[in-house]
Amino acid sequence: MTIHQLSIFIENRSGTLIKVLDALKTANIQIIASTIADTAEYGIYRLICSEPMRACEELKKAGVAVALSDVFALEIDDQPGRAADVIKTFSEAGISIAYLYSFLLRGKGILIFRTDNTELAVKIIEDNQLRSISEESLQGLA
Amino acid sequence: MIWNPNKECMSRDEMSALQGKRLHKIVEYVYHNVPFYRNKLQEMDIRPDDIQTIEDIKKLPFTTKKDLRDNYPYGLQAAPQSEIIRVHASSGTTGNPTIVGYTRKDIGVWSECMARCLTAYGVTREDTFSVAYGYGLFTGGLGAHYGVEHIGAACIPAGTGNTEKHLKLIRDLGITGLACTPSYALYLAETMDKLGIRKEDIKLRVGAFGAEPWTENMRQEIQERLGLKGYNIYGLSEVMGPSVSYECQMQHGSHICEDHFYPEIINPVTLESLPDGQTGELVFTTLTKEGMPVLRYRTRDLCSLLPGTCDCGRTAVRMSRIQGRSDDMLIIRGINVFPSQVESVVLSMPEFAPRYMLVVDRVNNLDTLQVQVEIRQEFFTGVFDTPAAIDQLEKKLAQKLKSVLSIAAKVQLKAPNTIERSQGKSAHVIDKRKL
Repeated sequence: MTIHQLSIFIENRSGTLIKVLDALKTANIQIIASTIADTAEYGIYRLICSEPMRACEELKKAGVAVALSDVFALEIDDQPGRAADVIKTFSEAGISIAYLYSFLLRGKGILIFRTDNTELAVKIIEDNQLRSISEESLQGLA
Repeated sequence: MIWNPNKECMSRDEMSALQGKRLHKIVEYVYHNVPFYRNKLQEMDIRPDDIQTIEDIKKLPFTTKKDLRDNYPYGLQAAPQSEIIRVHASSGTTGNPTIVGYTRKDIGVWSECMARCLTAYGVTREDTFSVAYGYGLFTGGLGAHYGVEHIGAACIPAGTGNTEKHLKLIRDLGITGLACTPSYALYLAETMDKLGIRKEDIKLRVGAFGAEPWTENMRQEIQERLGLKGYNIYGLSEVMGPSVSYECQMQHGSHICEDHFYPEIINPVTLESLPDGQTGELVFTTLTKEGMPVLRYRTRDLCSLLPGTCDCGRTAVRMSRIQGRSDDMLIIRGINVFPSQVESVVLSMPEFAPRYMLVVDRVNNLDTLQVQVEIRQEFFTGVFDTPAAIDQLEKKLAQKLKSVLSIAAKVQLKAPNTIERSQGKSAHVIDKRKL
């Protein structure tokens, strides 16, 4: 039910982000969504892309500190309040959201997030018939 | 004022004769009580009777910090344990600290030297004197403390930390003397500004500053801001502790208590003795120590010796300011830090590559230490997708560093292969402090 996200450690120095992007470009990897969690000294660049396994290997070859993390991808209607409805379901079940980012894809809202309890989150998604997107369909859509 | 004119102003001939007599005795003493020295001397075919004058010292072997470490904990102790009344310890380069045991007589000699020092600064029994060196295994606190009591001044054992309370006492008790590191003196001045205490509100007039390198500019600034006269004090635990040498009113070099600690300057590479006035590595032989005497101990401190009678009347030889180190030891907030200590911690954690960089700086007059390490690619797993997880990893390293170094270090995580591979030891250090 989860999809692969690349989590990349990058220092707050000019040239570090372009090193990662250049490696992805050379490997012909398409970025679908990305966000940076920044701190005073470093950032964690999180991204959803085509062929995440290959992308990870290519980045490692380029000497980048990169890992695959499992995150959820849910599709929601592009309407006011839909994100609130979905997150409330998790909140009421006592699940915390570690981080979340979203983007629009062909008129649909996509929520990418990780929780502190994957097993329970899967159950919530199934019980509430939330629309989870598989990696294949996400990439197909892209 | 001179505490002990008999010794501090002794004629050169008398001093040399006294040193020669004491050297013979100490060599005989270690020969019979310290297997380490007996073996060394026998290997070199030297008998105690071969050492009669102070010039004979050149025949003797050197002692290094490594020797002290290799013989941890009590291997170089000459006195039986029943005679030891105090033990101090200083940090070693890796793992083992250096242990120094003192007999009752050693503590007496130390107090005497400290009394000479404080008297040279103009401190008397009328003074109220605050010791703000660290008390504990570090020799600074207790060493200064015993000297203050020995001359009969009122000792305030302030120690380090709790700066606001200390300043309140300095003001309310009319404290006149202060012993601490020069950077702590400046930190006191900063805190005074913050609390709105003016130098007119306090009565400090004498400062004994040492345990870390400092400059004339720092002296000017401390004097200006605290309204006192600042004097240099030098010492090291392997030889005794603070008061191995001290400045007088002339402030032209620090007089060495050379009836107890015989100084030499050597070329650190060839180990040849250098003439007076030339800069080289300072070497000390303890002439009277019972607990742990050392022969020709290499301090790694670089300086020169200034002979001749001083305008203050003392004949005791002076040493210049310390101009550097012949090894890679750093002094950070008065604490000895070796890059190899950091290395041992980094190597013990598989999460990090075996590469590191120490960045030392001085911010608001306090030394700061940052340790840069590289995260190892194999250990960067999916759990490190939040700053909280990475911060935890940094904290784990910081805690280990603190327990080994005795001072806090800020950890900065770097991406793989971003720290330059070092060619030599010193390439592990960036010291931004402007001294």
